[in-house]
Amino acid sequence: MADAIKGWDRNQMAARAAQELQDGWYVNLGIGIPTLVSNYIPDGIEVTLQSENGMLGMGPFPIDGEEDADLINAGKQTITELPQTAYFDSAQSFGMIRGGKIAMAILGAMEVAENGDLANWMIPGKLVKGMGGAMDLVAGVGRVVVVMDHANKHGQSKVLRECTLPLTGKAVVDRIITNLGVLDVVDGGLRIVELADGVSEAELRSLTDATLV
Amino acid sequence: MQGGTMKKVFGSAAEALDGLLQDGMFIAAGGFGLCGIPELLLQAIKEAGTRDLTFASNNAGVDDFGIGILLQTRQVKKMISSYVGENAEFMRQYLSGELELEFNPQGTLAERMRSGGCGIPGFYTKTGVGTVIADGKDHKDFDGETYILERGIVADLSIVKAWKADATGNLVFRKTARNFNPPAAMCGKVCVAEVEEIVPTGSLDPDGIHLPGIYVHRIVQGEHEKRIEQRTVRAKKEPV
Repeated sequence: MADAIKGWDRNQMAARAAQELQDGWYVNLGIGIPTLVSNYIPDGIEVTLQSENGMLGMGPFPIDGEEDADLINAGKQTITELPQTAYFDSAQSFGMIRGGKIAMAILGAMEVAENGDLANWMIPGKLVKGMGGAMDLVAGVGRVVVVMDHANKHGQSKVLRECTLPLTGKAVVDRIITNLGVLDVVDGGLRIVELADGVSEAELRSLTDATLV
Repeated sequence: MQGGTMKKVFGSAAEALDGLLQDGMFIAAGGFGLCGIPELLLQAIKEAGTRDLTFASNNAGVDDFGIGILLQTRQVKKMISSYVGENAEFMRQYLSGELELEFNPQGTLAERMRSGGCGIPGFYTKTGVGTVIADGKDHKDFDGETYILERGIVADLSIVKAWKADATGNLVFRKTARNFNPPAAMCGKVCVAEVEEIVPTGSLDPDGIHLPGIYVHRIVQGEHEKRIEQRTVRAKKEPV
């Protein structure tokens, strides 16, 4: 049960993910916990956020009354521009994604496998809304970091030997940040990089249904 | 489609589409969510009653706006989209088998439009390799990495929305309302653009044209609702 699991909360996971950012990087943040990462960008680090509907230099939500229907993010939320903002069309936007110009994407996931396979767009038999830009992002950006709860609502590990759901990308994930800690995809399985507050290595191992090397 | 540039301006969306609509045709539409969608032209297609339409469009609108209004009237046969999550009527028709759906990754859809408009019948991409998207598609290795072949799109008609146009069809878009509009415009055999303002030719900065008029055959000016899908705001700043 979620309330019994120790470790990081959503904001702490986002803060940990923000430590992945490097000065000068262009970064794409997914919907959900990844969006919170922008609240924790470390001092001295300047990153430019890309919104794949056609914008570099994404600013915060507008002040009430200053919303602009022509200015939204990829989650269709009203946002603002910054002094360095640039706009472009969707073909160019995915050109820079596919072309490897975006240093990192931070995304949510339904499942991640020990070889870096990612599933985050479709559950067979349930309503399928579509992959949006997720397949393009994981195939194109320099580094893919997943931020997600370690277990699903039934308490089962979302970090797996093999994904059971249809894939978004094959062997695309570099690092996984969950409420229990940080795992890297390496040869032969996953390597524990860091344990969340109050989580022991034995607990992480027992709650992870994948090879930990 | 050829014609003198001065003949591109039409008085209404219905007039701008006159003679272009046919049952069963393939239409590429600009817009992302409800942002930058050709709302006047979609309304005119609804009123024209054209049926069995296939749309290449990133999204399918909501129930009562965007392409959603053509789903209500059962004028759409097939959607080629990357994300259709916000439309209950779409889901109902899809689950009952009344509507065909082809999911394309968003960047693949944009590049299919751009390529089709550029005379490129196909391109290789890593997007979707190892997923259901790759099923049945040609795989090819380049420099040790596997790619799949995706086809360029050439649509019978493109419908797009821009901020400003001049009478020759040069277009300027505004902020993130540009999105799919340029690639959608490029891939049509005929492109009709609706704009908020037609300005005198010569008043747009030639260095600031986002889409040259060569891609745009007909233009109509109109009033746009420009609906906001997700209104998100922050608290007003305290005076410093």
